[in-house]
Amino acid sequence: MTAAAIRIFESSLQPAAATLDHYQPAGEPWLHEVKKGQTLRIVDLEGNQAADVIFYNSQDVSEHYSASNTMLQQGGIYLTTGTVLYSNDGNAMLTIVADTCGRHDTLGGACAAESNTVRYALQKKFMHSCRDNYLLAIQHADVGITKRDLVPNINFFMNVPVTADGGLSFADGVSAPGKYVELRAEMDVWVLISNCPQLNNPCNAYNPTPVRLLVWN
Amino acid sequence: MEHFLDTPANPPATDPVDAPAFWARFAPDLPADQVLWSEIMPGGAHWSCIMPRGSSLRIVDLEGGANLSLVLYSAREKLERYSMPDSLKAQHTAHYSRGHVLMSDMGRSLASFTADSVGWHDPMGALLDAATCARKYGQRNFEAARNAMYRNGKDGLLIEIGKYGLTKRDLIAPVNLFSKVAVDEEGRFAFAHNHSAAGDFVELRFDMDTLIAYSSAPHPLDPNPEYAPRKIGLAAWRSGVAAKDDFCRQFRPENARALHNADMQYLA
Repeated sequence: MTAAAIRIFESSLQPAAATLDHYQPAGEPWLHEVKKGQTLRIVDLEGNQAADVIFYNSQDVSEHYSASNTMLQQGGIYLTTGTVLYSNDGNAMLTIVADTCGRHDTLGGACAAESNTVRYALQKKFMHSCRDNYLLAIQHADVGITKRDLVPNINFFMNVPVTADGGLSFADGVSAPGKYVELRAEMDVWVLISNCPQLNNPCNAYNPTPVRLLVWN
Repeated sequence: MEHFLDTPANPPATDPVDAPAFWARFAPDLPADQVLWSEIMPGGAHWSCIMPRGSSLRIVDLEGGANLSLVLYSAREKLERYSMPDSLKAQHTAHYSRGHVLMSDMGRSLASFTADSVGWHDPMGALLDAATCARKYGQRNFEAARNAMYRNGKDGLLIEIGKYGLTKRDLIAPVNLFSKVAVDEEGRFAFAHNHSAAGDFVELRFDMDTLIAYSSAPHPLDPNPEYAPRKIGLAAWRSGVAAKDDFCRQFRPENARALHNADMQYLA
């Protein structure tokens, strides 16, 4: 699969048939196992909410999502329908099988108290952040995932283009209420989500919002 | 492929340990009394070292078309490491050049690009791994070729970080010096062939005590069908820490804050 700008593809799966239908409040973490063959849908309920996600092989958490390998394998930066998400071991972890948003970011990373001091102001360090969310979830879960495993993630529903002269821009607005992305698990995976609490960035109109998570067998 | 045997004889026991003055061949302008060590690294090789805060490394593409993949960790706390996304996002960039800093995941500058004759270094292209190396170039192992065997960047960096107790879980997205990967409007990568020329160089100043591991294996997107990694010159010297009017500190307000956060670790 080669890189492409936008590939819209609608799913035929019905929410009523889902085995799990979870409302994820704004700004909170979620750690859940999705089994090989199951399908996960993430729905952007109100639009332009970043769902910051890392995947781990749940049989061996030393294998995790690799943004670098995923971009390298497809020869480009955007994730959309048909993109295979690769691990640090070069294995397919999940495949994006449907996508009504059409473009997702894997360069921009997840916010942290520390990176907020750099990006916005030194005084921002006490604000809630994605990496605090990740750490809270993995400390409680105690499944062998630690800070060293908090690798470059996916920002579903975010649009972060690279310019011809090598700049990085933040071009929000590709998502909208109800848009979703759907992934088929190619191995048993932990799904670690921070539903981003970033209040310093105009991409979500300074208003973090909930997402909906559905799983089908 | 570089011959590993054509290194100079060991210095006399009475000479300082950095006596093989490789640096005089490719960086003669460095202050001789400040140079700490220097070496010429063959293509395809790997190494690692700890660079103290206030030291700098000049890295020279000796033949043209080189690639040097490097990863950085805080030497004090190896859970703190270079963060590709944090660095790109904070500096609104998808490449590195003079003025940019390599930020850790803890909001601190590990190292700064204080000089650069190339203008574009790649943060996105990842590492050549064993499978890709074999597919592109075929197999050439030690038994057949001794030290002219084909080595890949991923295994090289795994060996190096392993020396410090780090595992594959800790192998982060690298910086590929001397390589340029542009992105088109559709998001596709375009690798710039022979981007850097013989004699091109880059300088990194270390703003924290930093463990740096590096490999001179080819870039994974290099279209050259031949396995032909290039030689790299390395020279370390005492440069001092970033001053108030430092170019990198003033390059962006985010960089000033990242350097401030690094300085805060060294108050003594």
